[in-house]
Amino acid sequence: MIKKVRLATVWFDGCAGCHMSLVDIDEAIISVAGRVDVVYGPLVDAQEFPKAVDVTLIEGAISSQEDLEKVQEIRKRTKLIVALGDCAVTGNVPSMRNQIQPRKLLERIYIEGAQTNKGIPTDGVPALLRQAVPVHQVVKVDLHVPGCPPAASAIAYVLGELVEGRIPNLTAKVKFG
Amino acid sequence: MPGQISIRIDGEYVTAQVGQTILEVARANGKYIPTLCWLESITPVGACRLCIVEVSGVNRLLPACTTPVQDGMSVTTQSEKLQAYRKIALELLFSERNHICAVCVSNNHCELQGMAQKLGVNSIRYAYSFPKLSVDVSHERYVLDHNRCILCTRCVRVCAQVEGAHVWDVSSRGIHSLVVSDMAKPWGEAVNCTNCGKCVNSCPTGALAEKGFAVEEMVKRDGKVTRLAARRGGQQ
Repeated sequence: MIKKVRLATVWFDGCAGCHMSLVDIDEAIISVAGRVDVVYGPLVDAQEFPKAVDVTLIEGAISSQEDLEKVQEIRKRTKLIVALGDCAVTGNVPSMRNQIQPRKLLERIYIEGAQTNKGIPTDGVPALLRQAVPVHQVVKVDLHVPGCPPAASAIAYVLGELVEGRIPNLTAKVKFG
Repeated sequence: MPGQISIRIDGEYVTAQVGQTILEVARANGKYIPTLCWLESITPVGACRLCIVEVSGVNRLLPACTTPVQDGMSVTTQSEKLQAYRKIALELLFSERNHICAVCVSNNHCELQGMAQKLGVNSIRYAYSFPKLSVDVSHERYVLDHNRCILCTRCVRVCAQVEGAHVWDVSSRGIHSLVVSDMAKPWGEAVNCTNCGKCVNSCPTGALAEKGFAVEEMVKRDGKVTRLAARRGGQQ
């Protein structure tokens, strides 16, 4: 029996659209499912990021202190990291806050913009980083799959190649936006 | 024929006219050289550096759009080195401004985005500058979004050369450069603007757009501008 690929998916500062695109690969999901063990991610129950992961798909920009610490740990525990989608690859929409100081941004939204319960939430929410940045700005990324979201066909192709132990060639197959 | 010379492009002998650029001769002979700032029949400026080529005996890369051909010249249009430098030029353009394709009016119709796909640029190796830039919505019909501008100066050139209004210019230097209308007045107050829209239709990105268009809806038609320019004798 072929050894299954230990696959994790993570969701940082993004809209979950890339995960939607991932489950939108139609019948390709059947052949992929037979070749991978999904060991972590929003689609499964695991609470802690496991060790010895073969492939991690990262959706979202690195926006908070928590994202930063998590992604550094993920890098240590993963052989191959895929930045999935524009937020992970470029910063995309989350990076549109980067011209504004986080403090001013939060005041504008939670104090000036609030009708009731004015105040910046601090309990149970991580501190924002000064800027939302692409994943490769903080850890090494092995493969970039841009798109907002990446086309399901591109994701199916990437997974199909990765489970066969090949690095997909994405030239002309993907685009920003 | 007087003025006719012979040059080599990617090893192939082709004839050219004195005064033609490498790009013109390459295109006339079916050779593809990527371009962004170049616009047919408009004076070339060599701003984007995507059309760089290798010329034997010259130890630096030359922009094909502004380099005139010379008799006996041997030009290489495709090589690993050129591909690498073209990618660098493109990635620097992306890193300089806020090109958020997903929420841009020109998404899927953008020459910058299309070029990234064509050249296989899937990520930007340089840290993004995330500059704070304004959006000028003062014009009745059009919008100027500096976040998407690559300073190709097509707007500057078509306004001056085709419309004859010369509303646009580039202010400041280097990374601080900005296209400005009527000596840096809000576009809506630019009395020289004829509202013709040639700049908008020539703009390769979402930097200049018509009002009332949502994400992905802005389709540019630079053919109108270049045909008019060609009928008037083209670039001089």
